[in-house]
Amino acid sequence: MNRLGVLIMRLEKRPERSAAMALASPFMALAMTVVTAAAIFALRGNNPFIALYVYFVEPLTALWSVEQLLVKASPLILIGAGLAVAYRANIWNIGAEGQLTAGAILAGAVPVFFTQWQSPLTLAVMIVLGIVGGMLWAAIPALLRNRFNANEILTSLMLVYVVQLMLDYLVRGPWRDPQGFNFPKSVTFADWQLLPYLTPGIHAGVLVSILLALLLGFMVSRTIKGFEITVSGLSPRAARFAGFSEKRTVLFCMMLSGGLAGLAGAFEISSVVGQLQPQISPGYGFAAIIVAFLGRLNPVGVIFAGLLLALSYIGGEAVQTALQIPDKITRVIQGILLFYILACDTLINYRVVFAAPVGGRT
Amino acid sequence: MDILLVLLTIIMTAATPLLLAALGEMVTERSGVLNLGVEGMMVMGAVAGFGGAYATGNPWIGVLASIVAGMFMSLLFGFLTLTLLANQVATGLALTLLGLGLSALLGESFVGQPGVKLPSLGGIDPLVPFALFMVFAVGKFLFGTKMGLVIRAVGNSHTSAHALGYNVIGVRYVAVLFGGAMSGLAGGYLSIVYTPQWVENMTAGRGWIALALVVFASWLPFRILAGAYLFGTISILSFVLQAQGSGIPSQFLSSLPYLGTILALVVISGNKALTRRNTPASLGQPFVPDR
Amino acid sequence: MTKYLMAAATAALMLGAASASASADALKACWVYVGPIGDFGWSYQHHQGLEAVKKEFGDKVETAYAENVTEADSEKTFERFAREGCKIIYGTSFGFMEPMLKVAKKFPDVKFEHATGYKTADNLGTYNAKFHEGRYVIGQIAAKMSKTGTAGYIVSFPIPEVVAGINAFMLGAQSVNPDFKVKIVWANTWFDPAKEADAAKVLLSQGADILVQHTDSTAPLQVAQEQGKFGFGQASDQIKFAPKAQLTAIVDNWAPHYVRSVQAVLDGSWKPAQVWDGMAEGTVSMAPFTNLPDDVVKMAAETSDAIKTGKLNPFKGPVTKQDGTVVDAVDDGMILGMNWYVKGVDDKLPQ
Repeated sequence: MNRLGVLIMRLEKRPERSAAMALASPFMALAMTVVTAAAIFALRGNNPFIALYVYFVEPLTALWSVEQLLVKASPLILIGAGLAVAYRANIWNIGAEGQLTAGAILAGAVPVFFTQWQSPLTLAVMIVLGIVGGMLWAAIPALLRNRFNANEILTSLMLVYVVQLMLDYLVRGPWRDPQGFNFPKSVTFADWQLLPYLTPGIHAGVLVSILLALLLGFMVSRTIKGFEITVSGLSPRAARFAGFSEKRTVLFCMMLSGGLAGLAGAFEISSVVGQLQPQISPGYGFAAIIVAFLGRLNPVGVIFAGLLLALSYIGGEAVQTALQIPDKITRVIQGILLFYILACDTLINYRVVFAAPVGGRT
Repeated sequence: MDILLVLLTIIMTAATPLLLAALGEMVTERSGVLNLGVEGMMVMGAVAGFGGAYATGNPWIGVLASIVAGMFMSLLFGFLTLTLLANQVATGLALTLLGLGLSALLGESFVGQPGVKLPSLGGIDPLVPFALFMVFAVGKFLFGTKMGLVIRAVGNSHTSAHALGYNVIGVRYVAVLFGGAMSGLAGGYLSIVYTPQWVENMTAGRGWIALALVVFASWLPFRILAGAYLFGTISILSFVLQAQGSGIPSQFLSSLPYLGTILALVVISGNKALTRRNTPASLGQPFVPDR
Repeated sequence: MTKYLMAAATAALMLGAASASASADALKACWVYVGPIGDFGWSYQHHQGLEAVKKEFGDKVETAYAENVTEADSEKTFERFAREGCKIIYGTSFGFMEPMLKVAKKFPDVKFEHATGYKTADNLGTYNAKFHEGRYVIGQIAAKMSKTGTAGYIVSFPIPEVVAGINAFMLGAQSVNPDFKVKIVWANTWFDPAKEADAAKVLLSQGADILVQHTDSTAPLQVAQEQGKFGFGQASDQIKFAPKAQLTAIVDNWAPHYVRSVQAVLDGSWKPAQVWDGMAEGTVSMAPFTNLPDDVVKMAAETSDAIKTGKLNPFKGPVTKQDGTVVDAVDDGMILGMNWYVKGVDDKLPQ
C-alpha cells in the first residue's frame, strides 16, 4: 500500500481519545474553511479580506442581523439536536425535512379549519400537533426498519418527497385560502395562531430551541436513556448483552428526532412564514444534518454549530448583496466546512504518522 | 404495438442515468463502502460533461470530462473515508452538498448556451446500449473474475481479507473510483445526451434514486436493471395517465415513483434470507489496517 | 498573524468607505429573485431587466440583487435590502407577498414593487404581465400548424397565470380549429430538464405533434427539434436551442417596466400602482416567427397587432367554461384568479 502516494500517510490509533483534539478540531476545521473561502474569493477576483469580513464578521455587528441569525439558527438547532441523538445510536434519519413538513401540515390544520378560534390554547394545540405530525412521519421509517429491515436512510428520504407533494396538493386544493385569488396559500395566521415575540425580531421558538437542546444534552450525558443510546451506537453487541432492545432504540430515536423536526415546522409556520404554502422550509431538515455533525453529535455542541451554520447563510446573503458574489458560495462553504470537520475529527482517535508502514502484509 | 415500442424507448432513456449510477454505486458498496454522495458526483459529472463538450465541440471529450469529474469527487470521498477513516454517511452528504454548490459556481457561464449533443447511432443514444452492456460486464466481473471475488471478499469481511494478504484500502479505493466514474458518466448523460444543456441542480435527486435502487436490487446487477426500468416505467406511466386525462391529482402521480421505491425496499429487505446472502457485511464500516 | 488582522481591519475600513461613497447620491435599486439567474427562464429575464436599468441610468443608479431566495424566509432578505439603503425593492415571486407587506410596513420610506401579487400598501405596488395575450397568438399558430389537431402542453403548477395561459391558448386555437384538442401534463416543477423532456416525449407519443410549455427549461423544444416536431419558447427567445423547431417564443421583457419605475423614483413621481402590462407596452413580446409558412406568419402578426392596439382581447366574452356555463364578460379579476378551464380542455384542476 505504500506504493500509492496518497497512502504514505498512515494513521495510528491513540491509546485513548484525545480530549484536547476533540475541543480543537471544530476550530481547526473552521480556520481551514476560512482559508479555503479566502482562496475561492481571490480566485473569483474579489478582495478576500473584504469578502471574509462581510461574510463572517459584519453580520455580527448589527442588532438586526444578529436577530436574523438567531431566528435562522432556531430550527437548525432544534432539528440538529434531535438528529445528533439519533446519529449517536447509528440511526440515520435523513428525512427531517419531511418530518418538519408533516409537523407543519398538522399544526397548520388548526388555523385552516378553525380560522376564528383564538385562545392561548390554539397555539398550544398547534405546537402539540406539530410534534405529533413529525413523530408519526418519522415512525414510518422506524417501523419499516424494525419490521422489514428496510434501510431508514432511503425510506426517510423518499418520504420527504411524498409529504412535500401532499402539502403541495393541500395548499393548491382543499386548504387554499378562499380569498386568495386561487394562489397556493392557506389563510394567513393571526394573533394566537402565531408565536409571541421576545423582541421585535426574535420569536419565542428561538428560546425554546436552545432550552430543548440543553435538555437533550443533559439526557445524553446524565441519564440511563442517554447511556443506552450511546452504547447502541458504539457497540450494538454490548447493547444487546446489556438487554437494550434495538427496536425500541430505533423507534425512540426516530420519533424523538422526528418530533423535534415537527416542532420546528410548527414554529416556522407560526412565526416566519405565517401561513401554509407549498414550501415552508428552505431546507432546514437537510442543513441540520451538517449541524449535528458539526456539533460533534452533542446536543449542546449543536447550539454552537447551529449558530455557525446560520452565520454561513446570513453571511452568504451579505456577500451576495454587497459584493455580488453568487449565492452558490454558501453551499460550497458549507460542504467544505463539513469535509474539514470530518477530517479533523480523525485526529481525536488517531495520530498521523508519515513514516512508511513497518512490517505487516500491506 | 408501435406506441408500446415508443414508450419502451422513452423508458429506456429515462432509466439509463439511474442504471449507470446505480451500477457504479453497487460495486462501491460491494467493497464495503457506502458512498451517499452519488448526487454530488452526478451533478459534477453533468457540469464537467457539458463544459468539456462545449469548450471543445467534441461530445466525446465531454463524456471523458464527466467521468474524470466523477472520479475526482469520489477520490475526495475515498481520501476522507478510507485514509482518514471519517464517517461514510456524513462524508457522502458533504460530497453531495459540495457537488451541488461547486457545479453551480463552475457552470455560471454555461447557462443559456445550447450544448453539444452526443450523436445517436441509428436513432439510439450510444450510452443506452452501453449501460446495458455494463450490466453484463459488471455482473461478469463481480462474480466471474478473481478481482471481483476480492472486492466481494473485502466487502464481506475486511479483517479476513486483510489476513489473507489483500490490500483492503487499495481495493476499496478502486471500487470507490469506479463508482465515481459511473456516477460522473450518469451526470454527463443528462447534460450531453438527454437534454444537451446545463442548468443548476439538473440531476434533481436522481442520485438518491440510484442509491435506493442498489438496496432494492440487493446488490445484484440484473436486479438493478429491473429496478431502473421499473422506476422509469412508473415515472413515464404517470405522464401517460395525465396525457390521457385521468383526472387523478398530479401530485399523487408524481409521488408514485417514491412510494414505489419504498414499497420495493420493504418487499426486498423483508426477505431476510435473500438480503443476508447479498448484503456486504462490512458495509459502512471503516477499516483500520494496524489491528 | 497580526499582519493579517491589520490587513483585514484595513479592508473593513475600505469597504465602509466604499459603500459610503457609492450610496452618496446614486439611487439604489434592488431585486429579489425566487430562482437562480441561471434558470434561463423567469429569474433570468428579471435579471435582464436589472441589466437594462444599469445600462439606461449608468452612475445615477446603483443595483443589487439576491437570487435563489426561498419564499419561506424571504422576509429577512427584504429587510436586509431595506436596511442596506435600497430606495426601491422589487420582489419577483407571488410567494413574497406577505413578507413584502410586513417589511414595507416597517420601512415606510422605502418603495416596494411586487410582481404577480394583489395586495398593495402606501409604499407597495404590484406589477404583472399579460402573458395570456402571447398564449392566444401561439394557440392560433398551433392550430394552423398541427396535422393531428392536438397539442401537448407541459405545465408547472396550477396557479392562475398558468391556467389563464392554457385557456387563452385554447381560445386562440379554437378560433382557427373549433375541434382542436390539447393534452396536458403537470410536471410539478418549474425546472427539471430531464423530466420535462420525458413529458414531451410522452405527449408526442400520445398523438400530439406540437409542444407548448409553461415550464422554464429548453428541454421540450430540444425534444421537438430531435423528432422533427414544433414547439414554442418560454420566457426568452430559445431559438439557439432549437433552430428548426421553435415557431416563436413568448418573451417576458421586464426592462421597459423597470426603467419606467426607476425613472419615476428618480423624478419623485413614483406611486404605488397595480401595473398590468401586456403586448401593447412591450412587457410581453413575441420572438421572430420562424419555421412557418407565410400565411401563418401573416395571421400571427395580424393577431399580435390587433392585441397590441386593443382591437382584440383574448378573453372577450362570451366564453364557455368546461362545465358548459357561459361567462358573458371575463374581467381582469377573473383572469388574475382563474381556476376554471374553457370548453375543450380535457383536464381537471385541483379544487
